[in-house]
Amino acid sequence: MTRETIALKIKRQDAPGAKPYWNVFKLPSLPHANVISCLQEIQRNPVTADGKTVTPVTWDCNCLEEVCGSCTMRINGRVRQACTALVDILEDPIVLEPMSKFPVVRDLQVDRSRMFENLRKIKGWIEIDGSYDIGEGPVFPEKIREKAYALSQCMTCGCCLEACPQFTLTNDFMGAATFSQVRYFNLHPTGAMNKEERLEAVMKSGGIADCGNAQVCVEVCPKKIPLTESIAEIGRETTLQLLKNLVLK
Amino acid sequence: MPRREKKIVVIGGGLAGLSATMKICEFKVRVTLVSFQPVKRSHSVCAQGGINAAIDTKGEGDSPEIHFYDTVKGGDFLAHQPLARDMCHQGPAIIRLMDRMGVAFNRTAEGHLDFRRFGGTLYSRTAFAGATTGQQLVYALDEQVRRHERDGLVQKLEWHEYLGAVVDGAGVCRGAVVHDLRAGNILAIAADAVVLATGGPGQIYARSTNSTVCTGSAAASAYLQGAKYANGEFIQIHPTAIPGQDKLRLMSESARGEGGRIWVPRNPGDNRDPLKIPEEDRYYFLEENHPLFGNLVPRDVASREIHDVVYNRKLGVGGQPTVYLDLTHQPPEFLERRLGGIIDIYRKFTGQDPSRVPMKIFPAVHYSMGGLWVDYESDGHGMVDHRSPRNQMTSIPGLYAAGEVDYQYHGANRLGANSLLSCIYTGLLIGPGIVRYCDNLDKGRDAVPSSLFDRAKKEWDNRFAEIKRMNGRENPYALHRELGDLLLTNVLIVRENKKLLETLDGLDGIEARFKDIKCLDTSDWSNPTPSFINQLYNMIHLSRIITKGALLRDECRGAHYKPEFDLNQPDRFDPHEFIDYLEKKQYGPPREEDYPPGHLAYMRRFEANEEEWLKTTIAQYKNNGPEISYEAVDLSLVTPRPRKYD
Ligand SMILES: Cc1cc2nc3c(=O)[nH]c(=O)nc-3n(C[C@H](O)[C@H](O)[C@H](O)COP(=O)(O)OP(=O)(O)OC[C@H]3O[C@@H](n4cnc5c(N)ncnc54)[C@H](O)[C@@H]3O)c2cc1C
Ligand code: SF4
Ligand code: SF4
Ligand code: FES
Repeated sequence: MTRETIALKIKRQDAPGAKPYWNVFKLPSLPHANVISCLQEIQRNPVTADGKTVTPVTWDCNCLEEVCGSCTMRINGRVRQACTALVDILEDPIVLEPMSKFPVVRDLQVDRSRMFENLRKIKGWIEIDGSYDIGEGPVFPEKIREKAYALSQCMTCGCCLEACPQFTLTNDFMGAATFSQVRYFNLHPTGAMNKEERLEAVMKSGGIADCGNAQVCVEVCPKKIPLTESIAEIGRETTLQLLKNLVLK
Repeated sequence: MPRREKKIVVIGGGLAGLSATMKICEFKVRVTLVSFQPVKRSHSVCAQGGINAAIDTKGEGDSPEIHFYDTVKGGDFLAHQPLARDMCHQGPAIIRLMDRMGVAFNRTAEGHLDFRRFGGTLYSRTAFAGATTGQQLVYALDEQVRRHERDGLVQKLEWHEYLGAVVDGAGVCRGAVVHDLRAGNILAIAADAVVLATGGPGQIYARSTNSTVCTGSAAASAYLQGAKYANGEFIQIHPTAIPGQDKLRLMSESARGEGGRIWVPRNPGDNRDPLKIPEEDRYYFLEENHPLFGNLVPRDVASREIHDVVYNRKLGVGGQPTVYLDLTHQPPEFLERRLGGIIDIYRKFTGQDPSRVPMKIFPAVHYSMGGLWVDYESDGHGMVDHRSPRNQMTSIPGLYAAGEVDYQYHGANRLGANSLLSCIYTGLLIGPGIVRYCDNLDKGRDAVPSSLFDRAKKEWDNRFAEIKRMNGRENPYALHRELGDLLLTNVLIVRENKKLLETLDGLDGIEARFKDIKCLDTSDWSNPTPSFINQLYNMIHLSRIITKGALLRDECRGAHYKPEFDLNQPDRFDPHEFIDYLEKKQYGPPREEDYPPGHLAYMRRFEANEEEWLKTTIAQYKNNGPEISYEAVDLSLVTPRPRKYD
């Protein structure tokens, strides 16, 4: 499908708390164009379809190949990465909105620091003794490695949280990405040494118990992280942990 | 005497910045980590193929010494040898460390680390995590840094941009000026030392394999403040990328490491479906011209070959400047397991499946071998003294650099998978030395008068106010595109003096138009435009360094190729002949009849060229442009010789 021009309808907001408004831009449709290259075109010519000169739209991006997780937004109503959103296969007009479950910073930029804080809460790291050379890491089977790798590609983009009915702007639900990271660190032989602490972290308010199992998270994840499996497994593990806690206390 | 409590500012949270931060924290020194975006989203996540270390798990006889030789040969002998050697010897320890930190490296049947082939070597030396190695390495380091953050040693300033160093009257760096990209205000941070780990400058070409923040702006700013910039003209053009409006996405060298073959139809105008073109009608030019290394020749060689095939011989696919990168002979499950990341990228951006149809690729700007000049201290035994405060220090005392932003490991051409290694290596190397530097300081940051910081802040406040007042006719983003087009046309794989001269004029033109820019957005909150205008200014200066360095260097070395000065290596030349020649020379003039016809004359040309050009280019800011001078390369370990990969 080749079109000569393409329209972008963009929801804008000058600052947190400011009133959102819409701008429509008409651009020439170029080969290999994606939503990012359209936004760049708007920077080069920030004039709306009705001829008004406006400030360029702001958004976040970096890698432009769906690996840094920066450019998440709602495109034609669906949350996804803008860099892999090829214009040729998008419906005209292309409607861009910021994610709705994170505070808007400006235009299409949102604040996702909550996700990084969650990684801290679950102790998302391997407790190594230090960075000096003390020899090889643990030997473990490629099968486990493959499982871990599937989880380790999570780029903290937030798509799964935007789509999740439990996750809201104001509650403290951690969301699928965080649960999946608990599973990731617990899979590693050294990481497993702190397994219980991580499980405890998702057994508090906002933890796994609040997950309604709607499973929309897994459908929108651009990295195909097996979130359903992670949720099920962490669900099981936390139940066991709960029993253990009861017996031991 | 109780040690002073120290603070170091690290700018950049890619592999180099994160590893430096982690290492410094181990000395219980506090770090303020400044980054354009959350560090987890740094450009390093793009790295696909892997990271080198001579661990020799395949019984091929590989060793750090061979890795060292491959590295300096790959760099056409322009790298400082003790540094390259030390890096290669640290390789195995670095991989083991990353493994302990949980990086999901692919494993062998026995559960050990697996390694694959990469360019410029005949050994399987590249550890990898699928085809998203950089992402996995960044995450592991990011996690360790988060742990130190929890312990209060690290304070992150994400969404902050480094603008310049705070330099006192004695020329010592006492802190950094940063710009809060959200609130828009500017602050000067006092520090005992500052590390720039700000990555490469690919964005000056506007379209490259690099991420959007890779403007080289921080390095340029250091240069504008007096720091030396070295080997700027050595820009790596990666042979295999795919087209895009915003980015030329890389198809990693690992595709060839896993058996990928480069070819074009043998006959011009053969427009058949590639799968219908039989073997005998395919021209596997890398394999035919370089039987020993085949598809895994170093990048400079591969890019030149592709350039020759598509532009001089007009054999590009469908008449376009593209060639095939073919993986269709490999089983899809194998590709998924070992190259999943790039297969996915190709699929998402072209809609085609590389396990079914050959990929269409072409060369793209990828990496800068050059960067900020930094010092080091040899241990006197062909390695580096790891405790020296001189290691990785720029020519501004107290200002350090690590990662792609430095210059001295890869010479004139970097080998694939050596960058992730040099980034982590330099990050870790900085730790002990910089802490000693801070301890040795005559006075700590608290004793520096606050007026110094007030002044630095004021200067930048004024600069940004000035930018916001710019109300001309030029759009800064459009001008950036033009800058990129200018360099893409003239400062790429094949360089000519006439065009380089024109480019310098072109850059003057762009600078003149820069003054006529309109600041499209003057608001304070989360406004990227003034920031970008400042970066553009820096990019123009960096472009001058690259172009002028290229203009003055009248030779061919690694990625810098000027046909006019090609030494025309004769066929069947063996680099050992040159070693033999050097030896014989000590006992009297070498004789023509000892060598195949033409070889002696070539070796003499080569020797004369080395004499004249085997030196580091140094650019220093004078009169609004780079003044170029040259410095000796540390060649204390292996004798430079003609490169050959056939
Ligand atoms: C597509 C691609 C694939 C690659 N694959 C490989 C590979 O397989 N193997 C290999 O060895 N190499 C590879 N490379 C090269 C390698 O990825 C880079 O050289 C390396 O990641 C650079 O790391 P760095 O830490 O120096 O900088 P970066 O990762 O670029 O990080 C720079 C950091 O500095 C910050 N920053 C920059 N400027 C400022 C500023 N002014 N103020 C504040 N912060 C700033 C950024 O936000 C970022 O955090 C690849 C490169 C590309 C483009
Ligand atoms: S399963 Fe449902 S409730 Fe649970 S994280 Fe996924 S989308 Fe949210
Ligand atoms: S799990 Fe998937 S959707 Fe969620 S943050 Fe990670 S990559 Fe994004
Ligand atoms: S820009 Fe990195 S995911 Fe889109």
